[in-house]
Amino acid sequence: MSTLNYQESPLARDSAIYSKVVPAGDGWLHRIEAGQTLRIVDLEGNQAADTFFFNADNLKERYSAQDTIREQGGIYLTTGTRLQSNLCRPMLTITADTCGRHDTIGGACAAESNMVRYALEKRFMHNCRDTFLLQIALSGLPLTKRDLAHNINFFMNVPVTPAGGLKFDDGVSEPGKYVEMRADMNVYCLISNCPQLNNPCNAYNPTPIEVIVWD
Amino acid sequence: MKPLYEETLPGGAMWSMRIPRGLALRLTALAPGANVSALLYNAENPLDRLNIPDTLKALHTAKLTRGHVLMSDMGNALASIVEDTLGWHDPLGGHSTAEMVASAFGEKSYQAARNDFFRNARDNFLIELSKSGLGIADIVANVNFFSKVVADDDGRLAYVGGHCPEGASITLRTEIPVLVVLANCPHPMHPPGAYPNVPVRVELAACAVPGPDDFCRNFRPECGRALALAERSLICPPSISDLPLP
Repeated sequence: MSTLNYQESPLARDSAIYSKVVPAGDGWLHRIEAGQTLRIVDLEGNQAADTFFFNADNLKERYSAQDTIREQGGIYLTTGTRLQSNLCRPMLTITADTCGRHDTIGGACAAESNMVRYALEKRFMHNCRDTFLLQIALSGLPLTKRDLAHNINFFMNVPVTPAGGLKFDDGVSEPGKYVEMRADMNVYCLISNCPQLNNPCNAYNPTPIEVIVWD
Repeated sequence: MKPLYEETLPGGAMWSMRIPRGLALRLTALAPGANVSALLYNAENPLDRLNIPDTLKALHTAKLTRGHVLMSDMGNALASIVEDTLGWHDPLGGHSTAEMVASAFGEKSYQAARNDFFRNARDNFLIELSKSGLGIADIVANVNFFSKVVADDDGRLAYVGGHCPEGASITLRTEIPVLVVLANCPHPMHPPGAYPNVPVRVELAACAVPGPDDFCRNFRPECGRALALAERSLICPPSISDLPLP
């Protein structure tokens, strides 16, 4: 196992302005103002929090996985990572991380990708993209599937080998591990708390996460 | 392969074409050091577009080569890589912008250099996509043909220079009608120096649709299922082959 980068947060729980438990398989769309800090807590361990961001003041500007990993020169997201937009501007900065690293190469599960990855019969299982699509459809924001690009998988471990292989390793997260990020611009945060039942990464048991916001 | 169509893209050029199912699209580097940034869309529904994460996780790979199937986010095989002389094409590095090109290679404006000005992949994508009614929201993760980016054990990324010799080629077989958008522009991780100005030949030729023994279909079970979904999506082809894009 390569290096994991641990950084605790100084923020006290009782000074938070917002918190919510997002059950396994549910979605969450929330506006976060520039300067506010978002913490995502893996309450029971080895859960995947599929997360995407839009600039709240220009919805065409959105999180970009390729720009984020290229600009920092590495594929893992952890403390110090600046989450870049498709216009190559920092949207948020990861300020604390007790998990050690997170994935942004693996994307989100979808009905169709489940058919490709597992079996054509898997079409009718709940999946992250359905959650994303429903959240943006219900939001009242002028967002459609066209605006959804490739997300972050907080708490997921997807190593790339020097030979160019991609692995889905056992998670490096545990109950109570968290990642925290400060918004560099006003953003909408879109989360699907992954309902995947076909992948041993979460021991076939999706679990809740908690989202906490500080001013 | 007897080309039905042939064109040479100068360094910095942009190109797009709606290509029916069952054609071979071959790209050939006419000098060392090519990079072609590419996006693919289902030509009948551009919301169904290349999805690099879905492709990589289905194939368990962080590079692209022969046998791999480029998959859409609706599970369709868009195109399969049927020939490849290089063994590694980059799906991670993204594409260049005007700022990146100026920072790596300096400024060369149209006013100073006329059509030898330094172009970038982002502007080229936006121009070509606009011709099909598409725009910045349709720019998702792209492939960089002819380039190699490796990750070490700690995930640190490095651009590998000298990867693409003159004559390197890759051939894609279209599995459904696709819109292919190309930008023959430097890789965004190319080291600073002279702007790499590498012509690339584009050829289209007839090609058999994949049978049961096809190499790509059997490369991994996921490839076979993406091809099956693509074939299933063609059960009800549009009655008008040239549907307007949204």
